[in-house]
Amino acid sequence: MIKERTKEKLISIGLVSPTVLAIGIFVYGFIGWTIKLSFSDWNTFAKLLKGKFKFVGLSNYIKLLFQDPRFPSDLWNTLFFTILFLLGCVTLGIILALLLDRGLKGSIIFQNIYLFPMAVAFVVTGTAWRWIFAPGISAYPQGINLLFSKLGLDALRWRWFVSIEHIGPFNLALIPVVIAATWQLSGYTMAMCLAGLRGIPSQLIEAAQVDGASGWQVFWGVKFPLLRPIILSAMIILGHISLKIFDLVFSMTGSGPNLAVDVPALYMFETTFERLRYARGAAIAIIMLIMVSFIIIPYLISSMKREAKK
Amino acid sequence: MNTSPRANKITLYIVMVVFALFFLLPLYVLFATALKSFSEVSASRMWNLPTIISGEGFAKALEKLLPNLLNSFYLVIPATAFSAILGSLNGYIFSKWKFKGSDIIFPIILFGMFIPYQSILPPLVRFLMSIKLYNSIPGLILTHTVYGLPITTLIFRTYYTEVPTEVVEAASIDGAGILGTYWRVLFPISLPGFVVVIIWQFTNIWNEFLFAIVITSSPAKQPITVALVNLAGSQIVEWNAQMAGALLAALPPVLIYILLGRYFLRGLLAGSVKG
Repeated sequence: MIKERTKEKLISIGLVSPTVLAIGIFVYGFIGWTIKLSFSDWNTFAKLLKGKFKFVGLSNYIKLLFQDPRFPSDLWNTLFFTILFLLGCVTLGIILALLLDRGLKGSIIFQNIYLFPMAVAFVVTGTAWRWIFAPGISAYPQGINLLFSKLGLDALRWRWFVSIEHIGPFNLALIPVVIAATWQLSGYTMAMCLAGLRGIPSQLIEAAQVDGASGWQVFWGVKFPLLRPIILSAMIILGHISLKIFDLVFSMTGSGPNLAVDVPALYMFETTFERLRYARGAAIAIIMLIMVSFIIIPYLISSMKREAKK
Repeated sequence: MNTSPRANKITLYIVMVVFALFFLLPLYVLFATALKSFSEVSASRMWNLPTIISGEGFAKALEKLLPNLLNSFYLVIPATAFSAILGSLNGYIFSKWKFKGSDIIFPIILFGMFIPYQSILPPLVRFLMSIKLYNSIPGLILTHTVYGLPITTLIFRTYYTEVPTEVVEAASIDGAGILGTYWRVLFPISLPGFVVVIIWQFTNIWNEFLFAIVITSSPAKQPITVALVNLAGSQIVEWNAQMAGALLAALPPVLIYILLGRYFLRGLLAGSVKG
């Protein structure tokens, strides 16, 4: 019996070992290598050809954070983008889920319309929205501005992603990118909330209604508290996507005038693969990894703990 | 609550339609432009429907993008298959044959699906160069297989957790062994799990852009997402061809979504790490 146990254990470990090995190398080994790179002076093509590391400590990080105006402004952009994007996805997602939860005839068609952008590539979304938000010039409006003109809504015309307006460190040119990202991913919060709403026992809602609660009170008193953990996980998933956002911005606007829509992922790509300043690019990548880890590691730990309790 | 239920219903439908219009807006723009002829395409007429439906845009886009569409299929099919098969075996072990430390290894594997891939790109490129797979579709297949393992393992693990452990125990007491039990008991009931994983991986790998643009540098090797960005960024290609190209790039995953939406939704919900 004991012998068989050992044998089974060995087979189990054997079966997962290719994956463990692959993830060990491709995720953790490579991250380690990038960290090492970020502490090096591999910032010119000549040094790259020589292929030898020289350790320069935190110099790449210090330059990025304190001497380079572009990177701090990217971080502000990421913060602004994340706030607006989460606000958009959560509000829109809850509203759509509540609408669909009414179970009106034809709801499934609407659900499919709200959800299909999730199946579309960010670069497709970027291509379409770039064309929509291209502002044109004031005499010859284009895109959405042209539509506003036709509808007599000239007051809504704006420079969109080529705008240089800002509120403090927040660049308003990011708004059209947030709209495109919300268009693409609010279906995610909607699907999560809808699954949550359908899991609420109907007796609970009926009991509240018998007690004379209005629709609004039922939402805030019964539904919302039960949805809260679901909304929190959705925010973590969407939040970490927004810290990494690349495809959409790359295909829709690029860095924009005055770097108004620049994000760390764009800067990393340009630094590493266009200017071949590998060490500096690696430092950007590691800062992105640290930001993502701050929200994902607690999330993973709490998910695993919750599961262990079951 | 003194509005009549009928008026209430109509209001709800109006609200749902308004939201639907927002979601369909880019689709309208893509189709209205893609179906115009070269002579009719202009910024001032972008909201008008085409006066005559023209296939010029699609013909031009297809001529430019067909090789890249094929590249995407060559990439997506094997990468999806490999990551699904490995994910199924992993999910089986991590749910039914837990060993000491497996509950620690699992979240460590899972972390791999959340990392910004920027943090592994420089060594990945170097590694692919050293094994002569840089700038090749097999290089992308390897990359997507490995980085797809966390999510496929997660989905299968969640799926197999639902299978009663007694069923597995009964089979192993009959002397089936770990692989035998998988093959005879788990695999035959895994079809829904495979459908969810295959749809998820197909869609994600098809739509992926960062690995594609970094790993395949020559246009002949690039998958559709990179080719679309190049096409759309070009000043000489007409807008109708650009929009038609975007529609072509979107078509395969959207088709899958339309046909198998239920399973797509399940993958979506599974992706949020719920045990």
